[in-house]
Amino acid sequence: MADRWSAGVIPYAEMGYWQPDYEPKDTDLLCAFRVTPQDGVPPEEAGAAVAGESSTATWTVVWTDRLTTFEHYQAKCYRVEPVPGVEGQWIAYIAYDLDLFEEGSIANLTSSIIGNVFGFKPLKALRLEDMRIPPHYVKTFQGPAHGIVTEREYLNKFGRPLLGATTKPKLGLSSRNYGRVVYEALRGGLDFTKDDENINSQPFMRWRDRFISCMEAVNKAQAETGEVKGHYLNVTAADMEDIYERAEFAKDLGSVIVMVDLTVGYTAIQSLAKWARRNGVILHLHRAGHATYTRQKNHGVSFRVISKWMRLAGVDHIHAGTVVGKLEGDPASVHGFYDVLRKGRYDADPSKGLFFSQDWVSMPATMPVASGGIHAGQMHQLLHHLGEDTVLQFGGGTIGHPMGIASGAEANRVAVESMIKARNEGKDYVTEGPEILREAAKRNKPLDMALSTWGDITFDYASTDTVDATPTPA
Amino acid sequence: MRITQGTFSFLPDLTDDEITAQIAYALEHGWPCSVEFTDDPHPRNTYWEMWGLPLFDLADPAAVLDEVRACREEHPEHYVRVNAYDASLGRQTVALSFLVQRPSEEPGFRLDRQEGVDRRINYSIHSYATERPAGSRYGASAGPSTRGNGNGNGRH
Repeated sequence: MADRWSAGVIPYAEMGYWQPDYEPKDTDLLCAFRVTPQDGVPPEEAGAAVAGESSTATWTVVWTDRLTTFEHYQAKCYRVEPVPGVEGQWIAYIAYDLDLFEEGSIANLTSSIIGNVFGFKPLKALRLEDMRIPPHYVKTFQGPAHGIVTEREYLNKFGRPLLGATTKPKLGLSSRNYGRVVYEALRGGLDFTKDDENINSQPFMRWRDRFISCMEAVNKAQAETGEVKGHYLNVTAADMEDIYERAEFAKDLGSVIVMVDLTVGYTAIQSLAKWARRNGVILHLHRAGHATYTRQKNHGVSFRVISKWMRLAGVDHIHAGTVVGKLEGDPASVHGFYDVLRKGRYDADPSKGLFFSQDWVSMPATMPVASGGIHAGQMHQLLHHLGEDTVLQFGGGTIGHPMGIASGAEANRVAVESMIKARNEGKDYVTEGPEILREAAKRNKPLDMALSTWGDITFDYASTDTVDATPTPA
Repeated sequence: MRITQGTFSFLPDLTDDEITAQIAYALEHGWPCSVEFTDDPHPRNTYWEMWGLPLFDLADPAAVLDEVRACREEHPEHYVRVNAYDASLGRQTVALSFLVQRPSEEPGFRLDRQEGVDRRINYSIHSYATERPAGSRYGASAGPSTRGNGNGNGRH
């Protein structure tokens, strides 16, 4: 023990951060890190270093540790396994005592776990793959302002994916023209339209004008269809005062939903989620910027972890991948994200990249949103991969329709209803999908045109963020 | 106009065989069905009249369809829908809801605008069907206080 407290530098593994015999407690927060150590650094030491630097350690021995019950506060790396098929990378499993974290704070959780350690020199790269959040900690968060069940009841829409579209072009439309796109898309058959992430309050269209035009469009479409409709009014702004001002105005105008971008930060998102629950407004989150740290397999934070944090933080919607569209999305990984967002509890499943089981202890679910390069001709694949509790957003696939925006919306709605009907009737809709769509298109000109315009479009590139299946801890 | 509430409103109205297939799908999932009707299809009219209690114990799709038919017969000019209910933990809500009858004429809605300050507008959706008192809308058919409504004996 004397050596442990000698002034100077000793390996993290010898300071108690490597404990292969440790049995994680039910209350521990568990992390799986993908570690790429520098040459010559043993994986156990690398795992211990991550544990140390994300909890109590600093680079040298400090005597002031002895003023604390330091074993309690030390994170413990309890297992290291090579990543199958990848040279030089290991998965390090680390347990953190719950006392390390402030209740209900994503900012504190992330400052602890990913605060310093990602720039640590002895590691070439580091990725947070997954996090098991114990029920005791889950219960300290608000969670989704409303959740999938409440949203569906509020909208009176059941039994099928919801449909949306992002207004295009992304930039440059005046508010009057912008509202036209919203009106046409909603009256044509979509449930939602959406501001893009970078539509905030620019010189060509100020936020207040946009909100007024969009709500005229929403209300007019509601009266024409007898359905509840919504437009995600983006309240993203430079500071919380502006965010609240915009959100309040959206609520005053009767909007059922507002949106915010991930770029505003975790604390702003938690604030807005509280506001959204207090005011009965659904909260949509656009994951703007996430791919800067989620996409590369060897470094960053997996989107499955971001999904968990955002469900805790309290958003009702989050973009989570399409599998078949234009943006990154390995099928197995995306299935994993959707499980994280929607399920009440699930078991670890390495094939989906889920390293840990997770119990959400009745926290409502977040609706995953599929957006980016999808069209009506893929409806069977979308339903197969993403299921019913999702918003399918066809931006170009609605607005680019040769017969007009309302026809584009109608094509998507006819396609989704036809596919749900066929599935419920027991048809093998995945195999027979194209045939089901062609059959429906015989009665519906807009769908026929959509299929002939986009029917063959696919985005078939190799995924960057794929699953390397690893065994899970017992 | 044609209101587009319900899971299949963009498809041609379902035939009885197609309705039966959807009911069968619901029952296979353990979702009991219920039949509801209304003469006010306002998008915020959540509580349509119940055609008796939810059919918790009916496992035969044909028997559910019989209730649909009976409701239609009694209310030929109302909207009628079938709801399938998922009582499992974490859901406890409607799983599927689709129209099985529309009135022969759907008058639709008027959008009222009340101009406020700062270019704000308060919107209100007015259901034309409600211009006549409940019970006398859509011709002579009966209103929401007849057979099958809340008798509580569980037969329906």
